[in-house]
Amino acid sequence: MSSAATAHATHEEKLSFWRKYIFSVDHKVIGKQYLFLGMFMALVGGLLAYLMRWELAWPESPVPGTGWIPEPTMFQGVVPPEFYNAIVTMHGTIMVFFVAMPILLGAFGNFLIPLMVGAPDMAFPRLNMMSFWTIFTASVVMIASFFVPGGAASAGWTGYPPLSANPVYTGVNWGITLWILGLALEFASFLMGGINFLTTTVSMRARGLKMMRLPLMVWMQITAAVIFMLSVGPLIAGAVLLLLDRTAGTSFYTVAQGGDPLLWQHLFWFFGHPEVYVILLPGLGAVLEVLPVFSRKPIFGYKAIVYSTIVAGVLSFIVWAHHMFVSGMNFKLVMPFSITTILISVPFTIILLAMMATLWKGAIRFTTPMLFAVGTLAMFIIGGLTGIFLGSATADIYLHDTYFVVAHFHYTLISAVFLGGFTAMYFWFPKMFGRMMNETWGKVHFWLTLVFFNLVFMPLFKAGLGGEMRRLYDPFQYDFLKPHQPLHKFATIAAILLFASQIPFLINFFWSLFKGKIADRNPWQANTLEWTAPSPPPHGNFEIAPSVYHGPYVYSAPNMNMKEDWQPQDQPLAS
Amino acid sequence: MFDWFPKNISTYGGDIDAVFWLIFYIVGAGFILGEAVILYLVIRYRRKEGRRAAYIAGDKISELAWILVPAAIVLVLDLGIDFAGGEAWSKVKGETPASDIKVIVTGKQFNWNFTYPGPDGQFGTDDDLTLENELHVPVKKVVDLSLNSEDVLHSFFVPVMRLKQDCIPGRKIPAWFEATETGEYEIACAELCGYGHYTMRGFLFVHSEEDYAKWTQERWPPAAADSTQVGQL
Ligand code: HEM
Ligand SMILES: [Cu+2]
Ligand SMILES: [Cu+2]
Repeated sequence: MSSAATAHATHEEKLSFWRKYIFSVDHKVIGKQYLFLGMFMALVGGLLAYLMRWELAWPESPVPGTGWIPEPTMFQGVVPPEFYNAIVTMHGTIMVFFVAMPILLGAFGNFLIPLMVGAPDMAFPRLNMMSFWTIFTASVVMIASFFVPGGAASAGWTGYPPLSANPVYTGVNWGITLWILGLALEFASFLMGGINFLTTTVSMRARGLKMMRLPLMVWMQITAAVIFMLSVGPLIAGAVLLLLDRTAGTSFYTVAQGGDPLLWQHLFWFFGHPEVYVILLPGLGAVLEVLPVFSRKPIFGYKAIVYSTIVAGVLSFIVWAHHMFVSGMNFKLVMPFSITTILISVPFTIILLAMMATLWKGAIRFTTPMLFAVGTLAMFIIGGLTGIFLGSATADIYLHDTYFVVAHFHYTLISAVFLGGFTAMYFWFPKMFGRMMNETWGKVHFWLTLVFFNLVFMPLFKAGLGGEMRRLYDPFQYDFLKPHQPLHKFATIAAILLFASQIPFLINFFWSLFKGKIADRNPWQANTLEWTAPSPPPHGNFEIAPSVYHGPYVYSAPNMNMKEDWQPQDQPLAS
Repeated sequence: MFDWFPKNISTYGGDIDAVFWLIFYIVGAGFILGEAVILYLVIRYRRKEGRRAAYIAGDKISELAWILVPAAIVLVLDLGIDFAGGEAWSKVKGETPASDIKVIVTGKQFNWNFTYPGPDGQFGTDDDLTLENELHVPVKKVVDLSLNSEDVLHSFFVPVMRLKQDCIPGRKIPAWFEATETGEYEIACAELCGYGHYTMRGFLFVHSEEDYAKWTQERWPPAAADSTQVGQL
């Protein structure tokens, strides 16, 4: 019908393999590239977690399956202390910057934003391609750092100087330099991505798609992008200073020559805390999309959620020092930071309650995406609530840098990244790949993941309350920590089973990719614009540019019958 | 209630634990309530033949009240937690109370050095006594610490005291505690400080007053004959 569509169709056929799949400028292909990169890096991060978990349960005993790794990285399968610190550091760095961000923002942000706003592509497709290849390079640099003399960075993912500033303290030289370079490239990549997200949403929305009619996922993505762009500047500055300290003999962080190590902590956490929200929000965004579809109800309190998100975003900039309560900064400054930190629980309470209220009086269908969505909600509560302990400066005196923190942030991040990521994966898989995933295996995957995830991290709260410090190669050097060994053995066995639980997912994913049932346009009967495009959408997305007549969550309105209880955004409301 | 913490033997540890328990009960109630509501909702509102979902957008204030009221309660509880914590915080981290025992704590990869002023009561003189990984203090006396580091960041952590404070090269950070019980306890480093971080372990010896006097007599070098009285009665 439209000439644009035919133009696109022929255009697509002319693309060479390289243009179509490798150096593509199509936001959907780029989204998938991010997805595969993130999945690969999750494997790397997961293997590092396995090494750590083994070490914590059975210190200094050989880790099964690693005997082949040569010295001095490992000694016949035994992790040496230097390498343990490198593993902790790289696990944290990779999970946050090379798994969470690529999957939640890179993959789903890229794939969904143009489709959800009814645009044919991102505002700057070439910039988009460049952002992927930049993070790809960043990943190569990060992984390469394991293989340089001295090994990978080992000063913790927070990279506090002086430890990170001078090789004499760690024996790691190139590793930390590459770590800084890798992170800098990653930041550059997401800066490009953020510009695209924002410009696309602001200037390329379909006719009639007012901001207050945007799907919440888009709101979450652009809020995340803005938070990222506003917070990353100071850290880039800080990283440049660190690089200069390491390579050019400056001393921004070296006390003997008038520097100050606390400067880094302020710059790092001014970015670091907002960064948590950068990955949290898209995870919650996926849940917010899925809940209305499978309870057949409008999302409860759309505007309240949007405003709460923005408020949380703003607050996230004035809480950074809660990571520094016992750092030696002025003790009178602490209370204001403690108050702002705990205040963030208010907007998140609103968002979580709105999610629950969406279930209320719904007609809930437990598909795999819905199970993961409810699971995310249920687990995120634990992450959020345990944050209050750490937000209270007083309780944090004792809890800071213990396993309580490790348990808390894994509950927060794994619920957002893993459970939220799987929510998105199972929900949008049909749109991304044009085929359905297997429901039964999806459910098996969900229950195993939920159970073992809790079995891994619940015991760690107790370890933390017992006073166990984080980042310890061998905790049982301390007498008062010896009684924790059973806890750690338990968590390690559970972690191995948690990894094993991802096998059903992997099989399901790759099997469905090629053999899954063909998906039609709108297999879940959802309203947002991406479901009005073919599955998978062609280059250029829509046959005709859509117009939007109402908000995204019109389900079960009084005038609808039970069968056709939804109203796609591109169709006028029936009266 | 639960036996989760190491025992507390400091005068302010109880205040810190109390803040923890206050939060625990508030947050615990929120947790049980939240999860119970989710469980109830997903069971109660499973899809059933012939029942349709309600159409509630939650845009009217009357509907939103379901959310705004709990949020207001959360806000009040938050401020309560902050207030309760504030007092304990300034007690622990504020001004150090008057004290007779002053010790300089120096972290360095991977040892804790404890420096006593020696018989003359002055730091920086010949009779200073520096011990590796051993901190000796009398019970029921305020111990005034000055923390610093020779190389990287460390964090001075005495679990039984509920005391944790980072050590930063170039800064003298004050800290204090008062022990309520004698005994031998572990001191840890809580900030990643290099490959030997996990071995950076010290010992705290809390002596009775007489034992402490005896200890100072034995360990502190006899006062240079002309210097002031040996630090004991
Ligand atoms: C699912 C399996 C996972 C397991 C078993 C696991 C396990 C661990 C362990 C054992 C540590 C080290 C604790 C220590 O020695 O102090 C750790 C640290 C960390 N993990 Fe995970 N983790 C997992 C997933 C994740 C995910 C999904 C994220 C983030 C999105 C993440 C982020 C981090 C961070 C930021 C650190 C701190 C690193 C540091 O202290 O420098 N982890 N994890
Ligand atoms: Cu140390
Ligand atoms: Cu240490």
